[in-house]
Amino acid sequence: MMAMAVASGGGRQRRVLPGFGLTMGLTLTYVGIVVLLPVIALALKGAEIGPVRFWDIVTAPRTLAALRLTVTAAALATVFNAFYGLLMAWILVRYRFPGRRLLDAMMDIPFALPTAVAGLALTALFSENGWYGQVLAPAGISVVYTIWGVAVAMSFTSIPFVVRTVQPILEDLDTSQEEAARTLGATPFQVFSKVIFPAILPSFLVGATIAFARSLGEFGAVIFIAGNLPMKTEIASLLAVIRLEEYDYNGAAAIALTLVAIAMALLVLSNWLQSRLTRRRVPA
Amino acid sequence: MSLAISHLARRFGATEVLRGIELEVPQGELIALLGPSGSGKTTLLRIIAGLDWPDAGRLSFDGTDWLAKSAAERRIGFVFQHYALFPHMTMRDNIAFGLTVLPRAERPGKTQIAAVVDGLLQFLQIGGLADRYPAELSGGQRQRVALGRAMATQPRVLLLDEPFGALDAQVRRDLRRWLRGVHDSAGTTTIFVTHDQEEAFELADRVVVMNGGIIEQIGHPDQIYDHPATPFVARFLGLTVELPVTMHTGRACAAGLDLTGLPRRAIADGAATLFLRPADIRPVPEATAPFHVTEIASTGALLRIVAQDAAGCRIESEVPRRDGRDLAVGQAVSLRAAAGQIFPTGAPIGAVPAETPYTLKEARP
Repeated sequence: MMAMAVASGGGRQRRVLPGFGLTMGLTLTYVGIVVLLPVIALALKGAEIGPVRFWDIVTAPRTLAALRLTVTAAALATVFNAFYGLLMAWILVRYRFPGRRLLDAMMDIPFALPTAVAGLALTALFSENGWYGQVLAPAGISVVYTIWGVAVAMSFTSIPFVVRTVQPILEDLDTSQEEAARTLGATPFQVFSKVIFPAILPSFLVGATIAFARSLGEFGAVIFIAGNLPMKTEIASLLAVIRLEEYDYNGAAAIALTLVAIAMALLVLSNWLQSRLTRRRVPA
Repeated sequence: MSLAISHLARRFGATEVLRGIELEVPQGELIALLGPSGSGKTTLLRIIAGLDWPDAGRLSFDGTDWLAKSAAERRIGFVFQHYALFPHMTMRDNIAFGLTVLPRAERPGKTQIAAVVDGLLQFLQIGGLADRYPAELSGGQRQRVALGRAMATQPRVLLLDEPFGALDAQVRRDLRRWLRGVHDSAGTTTIFVTHDQEEAFELADRVVVMNGGIIEQIGHPDQIYDHPATPFVARFLGLTVELPVTMHTGRACAAGLDLTGLPRRAIADGAATLFLRPADIRPVPEATAPFHVTEIASTGALLRIVAQDAAGCRIESEVPRRDGRDLAVGQAVSLRAAAGQIFPTGAPIGAVPAETPYTLKEARP
């Protein structure tokens, strides 16, 4: 009787792992309340404005300048992070040296540190009488209150994304593939470019994209070092805050929505690239 | 053109993995490194490949010191146990890899590379798989591609690490014959590592039995099978019955055993140990014999018979089922040995890892 009851219980497929309904329900609720709802609210607010007004806000000179600065600085930071993050992950995985675990733990500091604190510290270091500024200023390089300062702050807060996405893949990489390449006559550079890099490329792309998306929205660290001159060093998220303070909710929503759209477009692109790259690699 | 290894030693921390390896492999030979896990066979193979370096000793090929050369410079082909194919490349690109990484001056043109790869795909009988990725292939197919990739650069020595270890029994047997065919038509000097003696014996011209970082015996498969040089080799090759015997003028004697079928041996009078395969022992009914049959079990083709004497010495034998009809539990039997190996008791194990001279007239054509 029991068996029959189970078998006829709505014809549901039986799962080996219990708790699917509960965990899935909780997850969806969370995603709905914390992630989806605010984004929808933002989109609705944006829709309220109407396309013409929206276009006007986004293409206003001050908004355009802020967006351009944000995207350019985020791109600079991402290029830097992609290179350095990869190098850092490589060193942490491939070499054994004293202090490796400490260095590994330090990679998470940007995650843990309040970004405003990071911004203040960076400003102190790069200002003309700071440790780095003292060296850079005589050479004619100013970082604070320029786009470079914005990029430095962005890269500080987003480098762990690259390191932490590439690191596990690099750790799991089968070293016999590299040995195979060596025995086939490949130079160390060829081993990297033809065997190792293609293997980590998908996760590397994802890490770099997340770092970029994070940089677009970075606020706390940037506003201290940027100087926030309208049309020069004012980032988009700060401009949205300024609009809010002016009770211009439509303006704030339009700018925020544009940032979200850029970030989303990039994430979709990187996911698409990743699935293309890994499509035929999944073991049968 | 030959590979010469002398005094090779390698240690990992406190573990001595190789302890003085001496080996010469002439051009075109197919050699098996046979031994249990931990015997150092894979380490030896990796040193030959240039993927590991010895702490002492010499390795030369055709007179050139290979220890001064990197893996890339040695021009060897290495087939890894789990194939190590490049997952992001098609089979065609995997096989072509060794050619595409050549310096520009030596690299053949694109069409030439394609021709070489096509030829190999045909030769290895995997022509239809050229545009598949490794994840889309079975183990046996991956194995063939791995071999193709290793052979594309026309290596001077082909090295294979447990080439059939990860395959099921049927595929393994097929690939074994196929590899022998590939070797015979390509003629590349080949060394492969295995822990499977059947594989080593069927495939190799010469078998090198290794244990604990030394070579226990080198020889033709039949020679090693019939005349194991050390107690280790004897046990490893299935001579699992060990009996104390007394040597007298070159003949072994023990109560209840008929050892007249064994040839005279140049071993001093005194205590010795006789190693036998269960299949080489025949229980013969004899009323006054000290052994009694205590168990008879059928495995289908064979009867496994255990005989025991008053002192509790158990001896296992295997007899074709039809020949064992006259045997019954409780019956008194004497044991007749058809073949076996005798070592003086107390001889240091693996003392003489010398090559046994052997005429190759029985070797396969």
